[in-house]
Amino acid sequence: MFAYYLQLGLRSLKRNPILTALMVAGIALGIAASMTTLTVLHLMGSDPIPWKSDKLHYVQLDNWSPDEPARDDGSPPDQVTYQDAAALMKAAKADKQAAMFKLVLPVQPENKELKPFSSLIRATGSDFFGMFEPRFKYGATWNHDQDDAHERVVVLGNDINEKLFGGQDSTGRSVRLDGIDYRIVGVLDKWNLRSRYYDLTNGAFADPDEMFMPFTTAIDLKKRSSGNNSCWKSAGDGWDAYLTSDCVWLQMWVQLDSPQHLAQYKEFLDNYVNEQKKLGRFARPLNNRLLDVKEWMSDQKVVSRDMEVQTGLAFAFLAVCLVNTIGLLLAKFTRKSGEIGLRRALGASRREVFTQFLIESGVVGLTGGVIGLMLTGLGLLAVRALYTQYKTVAYLDWSMVATTIALAIAAALLAGLYPTWRACRVQPAAQLKV
Amino acid sequence: MEIRPILSALMRSKVSMILIGLQVALTLAIVCNALFIIGQRLDRMQRPSGMNETDTFWLGSYGFGANYDAKAQQQADLVALRSMPGVVAATSTNSVPMSGGGWGEGLSLQPGQKNSTAQTTLYITGTQGLDAFGFKLVEGRDFRPEEFTFVKFGDQPHPQSIIVSKALADKLFPDSSAIGKQVYSEDKPTTIVGVIERAQQPWMDSDSIEYSTLLPMYMPYGNSTRYLVRAEPGRRDEVMKAVEQKLVEANPSRIVGKVKSIADIRRDAYAEDRAMAIILGAVIIALLAITALGIVGMASFWVAQRTKQIGTRRALGATKADILRYFQTENFIITTLGLIAGGVLAYAFSLWLMHAYQSPRLPWYYVPVGFIALWLLGQLAVLGPAMRASRVPPAVATRNV
Repeated sequence: MFAYYLQLGLRSLKRNPILTALMVAGIALGIAASMTTLTVLHLMGSDPIPWKSDKLHYVQLDNWSPDEPARDDGSPPDQVTYQDAAALMKAAKADKQAAMFKLVLPVQPENKELKPFSSLIRATGSDFFGMFEPRFKYGATWNHDQDDAHERVVVLGNDINEKLFGGQDSTGRSVRLDGIDYRIVGVLDKWNLRSRYYDLTNGAFADPDEMFMPFTTAIDLKKRSSGNNSCWKSAGDGWDAYLTSDCVWLQMWVQLDSPQHLAQYKEFLDNYVNEQKKLGRFARPLNNRLLDVKEWMSDQKVVSRDMEVQTGLAFAFLAVCLVNTIGLLLAKFTRKSGEIGLRRALGASRREVFTQFLIESGVVGLTGGVIGLMLTGLGLLAVRALYTQYKTVAYLDWSMVATTIALAIAAALLAGLYPTWRACRVQPAAQLKV
Repeated sequence: MEIRPILSALMRSKVSMILIGLQVALTLAIVCNALFIIGQRLDRMQRPSGMNETDTFWLGSYGFGANYDAKAQQQADLVALRSMPGVVAATSTNSVPMSGGGWGEGLSLQPGQKNSTAQTTLYITGTQGLDAFGFKLVEGRDFRPEEFTFVKFGDQPHPQSIIVSKALADKLFPDSSAIGKQVYSEDKPTTIVGVIERAQQPWMDSDSIEYSTLLPMYMPYGNSTRYLVRAEPGRRDEVMKAVEQKLVEANPSRIVGKVKSIADIRRDAYAEDRAMAIILGAVIIALLAITALGIVGMASFWVAQRTKQIGTRRALGATKADILRYFQTENFIITTLGLIAGGVLAYAFSLWLMHAYQSPRLPWYYVPVGFIALWLLGQLAVLGPAMRASRVPPAVATRNV
């Protein structure tokens, strides 16, 4: 019966090609607009590390000016000072901890065919890799002893290893950065981070880090971070003054494996700040924060407002398209009252008529969904072209493909339900009179 | 005009009427708000930076190795750049308007003031700064050659004299000329010697985007320096290539990169606004098309359904114009009902945007203009089916079925 109704539906759709095209186009456009925006919104805000995002916490300490808060809402600064990061790293009270900053250094390749180029480096501790869990292709991270010894070692990202060593195992070899050689201890596999969530201050969708080196080693270089730096009072002259200043320029993450550890770490931070208060720092009231990954992403507004507004408008647009389809289906089914009357008079039950017309709506929905899916692909291409920084969040994944199809069919059935219900209430007698 | 029969006919197909009305209502609400957002973005994109954006570009030089002398190289580069054909002016600078990255600082009127009077950006520029940027001096004077100092990287800059933007001068000294006045940064005094018409900060979302300050200083950032070059009109692209080549040849132990025209910097700075405007524009067009086609579809259906009545009316003496007018009036009534609902909805949308995104209130005239536009759209959409209706021959009335 289903096959027969499908056939009937297709024939009926073919009879009014323009009306059919209008309905299909409406659904396809509505679906494409809403799914394009929803995909970007979904991927932007999605949890980058779902299995442990509640265990990774971002440390914020309020060392700001006694006269004004760091941010208007009274929240603490979004980065920490060197002296605090160094103290917290040394205390090592969390299960894992990593202070970090962004550094740009020139690379002087051994291969003379390659011109020197500048590369984006993350200076951090060895725990970084255990916390954020990138996969290693070759070798492994440096260890805590090497952190403490300020050793000149690096871990390469996949892309720069391709560029410098043709993708071969380069562990044990060295790379020259700004006149200094560093030994390569590990090479990462491709790390497809949707957002660089561990450094939101310098842009969630900024270029990915190309290399990693020990924090301690990087500090010895006496080079300022190429990321954001904020001071509420002058740092004074020279590098040592900068390190002991109240300027914030480092990100500090801790991994706390249980709620008990979180509570203990909070207490430890409060004690630390209270100790510092005795030394004349931290003039503001106690205001430490330990937001987890998702809380920090929402605090830093990783999901752009424009995308939220666009998604809202796209769904309103989908609503218009649905209303449009309801109207057109209603018109169409009403015109077929005669046919329905005839079928009913010949013994078809309301249920059968209902099934027949619902299948016809379903066909419209499915076609609209498939075309809508293709248009969504085009829409995402357009988003990538318009927003070059969103290339990591403007692509379809399987869950979104499935959502699109489901949304399309649900939309068409929803749109078809009322007209179908009306159709099957047709009184046979009224239609058969001439 | 025969409104009554139209109304009673409409009452018999309430659902269709509600559907068209709802579509018109949503369309009006979305189009008004989307147009308003587009307008805001276009206004934002029109903001002038104060600098010459057509003939200028900037580039970076990143030296490496222990023997690299950033201070000497910077001076040598400036001499080389200024001697090149097609170059009008060249200077070193830490930042340019719209670039997104720069240095911010608070300026105070008194030493030891708790909260600074104004937040400014600092453009740390070498000689020829005003010419290279194309900033227009409106009061006071340019820096004198002897005022330029060299600051070691990592030390605090404390210039004797500064040039400020007009907006900043007015903020600091609303009642008098700022020339010759002292202001304090980090409790160290400095004197304003010049005022320029306009100079935007590097940050597009800054609350104080017009407050900028120029410092007469050379301060390489470690081994890296950035240069701003202004070419003769029409020669920018050619000079860009030549400059990059020249700097690489002058000292190979460095990377010369990030050569970018200021026009490109503007394009990138406003990429999100432009994308928003384009996307909303596309939604508006698609929405109007869907709504218009929906009206055409519905009207065609009604015409087909009423062929017999139309024939009867024609047979009873109604003219073609009467039939045309009937359908146009019907559309007008439905559209108007939809528009009234849509007007309310448009302000509701606007309230939501105000609440959730602190966006400004929708100006009142958007809705009446939207009314007129959608009335026209409705009338145009119904014209085709109505014409077809008017051509129904009276003889139809006499036929069976």
